[in-house]
Amino acid sequence: MSFDVGVTNKSKNSESNIKSMLFLGVLWFSLFVAFMFLVILLVTTFMNGIGRYDLRLFTEYNNTTPKDAGARAAILGSVFVVSITALLAIPIGIASAIYLEEFADKTKWYNRAIELNIQNLAAVPAILYGMLTLGILSLMGFKNKNVVFGGALALALLILPVIILTTREALRAVPQEIRDGSLALGATQLQTVGRQTLPAAVPGIATGTILAISRAMGEAAPLLLLGALVFITYDPNGLTAGFTTMPIQIFGWTSAPQEEFKTLAAAAIILLLAILLTLNAIAIFIRNKFAKRW
Amino acid sequence: MTESSIGARQMTVKHSDRVATFNPIMEISNLDVYYGDFHAVRDITLDVGRNQITAFIGPSGCGKSTVLRCLNRTNDLVPGARVDGRIDYRGHDLYGPSVDAIEVRRRIGMVFQKPNPFPKSIFDNIAYGPRVTGMKMNKSETEDLVEYALTRAGLWGEVKDKLDQSGFALSGGQQQRLCIARAIAVEPDILLMDEPCASLDPIATALIEDLMIELVSDYTVVIVTHNMQQAARVSDRTAFFSAKVDDRGQRYGHLVEVDLTTKIFTNPTDTRTEDYISGRFG
Repeated sequence: MSFDVGVTNKSKNSESNIKSMLFLGVLWFSLFVAFMFLVILLVTTFMNGIGRYDLRLFTEYNNTTPKDAGARAAILGSVFVVSITALLAIPIGIASAIYLEEFADKTKWYNRAIELNIQNLAAVPAILYGMLTLGILSLMGFKNKNVVFGGALALALLILPVIILTTREALRAVPQEIRDGSLALGATQLQTVGRQTLPAAVPGIATGTILAISRAMGEAAPLLLLGALVFITYDPNGLTAGFTTMPIQIFGWTSAPQEEFKTLAAAAIILLLAILLTLNAIAIFIRNKFAKRW
Repeated sequence: MTESSIGARQMTVKHSDRVATFNPIMEISNLDVYYGDFHAVRDITLDVGRNQITAFIGPSGCGKSTVLRCLNRTNDLVPGARVDGRIDYRGHDLYGPSVDAIEVRRRIGMVFQKPNPFPKSIFDNIAYGPRVTGMKMNKSETEDLVEYALTRAGLWGEVKDKLDQSGFALSGGQQQRLCIARAIAVEPDILLMDEPCASLDPIATALIEDLMIELVSDYTVVIVTHNMQQAARVSDRTAFFSAKVDDRGQRYGHLVEVDLTTKIFTNPTDTRTEDYISGRFG
């Protein structure tokens, strides 16, 4: 690797070479450790789930007899709750980001304070959003807190900061010249946002939003607090219906004594992973396909 | 435009015609521009002649682009920007309380240093302005307007078969002419150009210069340029800006002199202008 360039001291040169090789070795090792854990986890989970990769996983409700149990209520619950979450969080998140990025006067202290706090919110532990939602539901007079609306609200609050931050990033990536050009033609700020900035930022917004949704899909903590760990044997059928979701159902099965439930949990984990990987793949696809070069 | 070759310019004739009838369309008096506490441009007084090309020249940081951006209230959009003094446009105070900045920008168009086509088709780039400013048009009227604007900008012949292609598919010079066509499509009164040829090669630059000379019979053009030869070639009147440092150590832009281009370039009143023109500084 070493070659004499004639100016540097040779012994010093080889010394720094050893150092950089060592450093590279440490980096590779770190990567290897992280990757190995992932592979071991995936393989063992997949092996544990063998025997339950069947249709009944999708079609059957939970059951006290493990071989008759399935994740139907949890799958539909996840889909329902996350859909409502998306409906709540996406419009508010995008609108907030548009305001902060395109309209707010950044020289004003209160706008900077809002900005800073949104960044902080993104780092708040998920369970706190569960507690907040619990409080909101109590104020609204819900006796039973395990309702679809409550779960969706908690998850929406959880992913709102993520959506706002990624949308702002996407808007910021749209060149200022596009806005200038539009405004110079006599377009209003609103027209400029609606017809130029926002359409140009859609790929970035979509990517960030899908990643946020997949986070909501995999989240359990705030829903546990709402009491979503329940035995549901019906399809979620309304905003105030009881629900369970896949992460919760998996949590429930893994803590059950029967070995067959653990197999079922492993199968459900693989299913959840497949859904999340699909969502992330869509996000990457959108990012690559519509990535604009100005 | 494309048919008339680059060499065949009749500017000397047109030039003297335009200079003979000075008729101000814009009167800037005692203009000061601030960005927050920073007093960036001080005490600018100059007139812009109708159907003339006025060039703003001067070293970097002398405030010429800032003043240009004040002329269509684009500078309002910079947070913390503030203007003192008066700009009269056809007898109306441009910064008056009842004046709508959006309407000002519609009448006083702007072309930027870097060609900035929208990420849309060539057709939609041109049709954008009329659409957002609420011109009521059916499909064939829009098509006519797009053809007219592209023709005026000397681009029609080059793009008429690919109107549905992206504006980004064009070369830099074509993109800049697309931006000029886009500005023409909203039928402005004045065209402001902020170093429109800064990123173009000499041939594309010559096309844009020809275009300016052709457009000035219908429009008023104000151009900021770093290229003194360009100012000398195309403009009727030239304003020379320079930068000074005040006693608090703040650098600010001011106007040294404004006069007929021929006078500025042959017999300037101020020695600083002469030094700049002759390349002794800047």
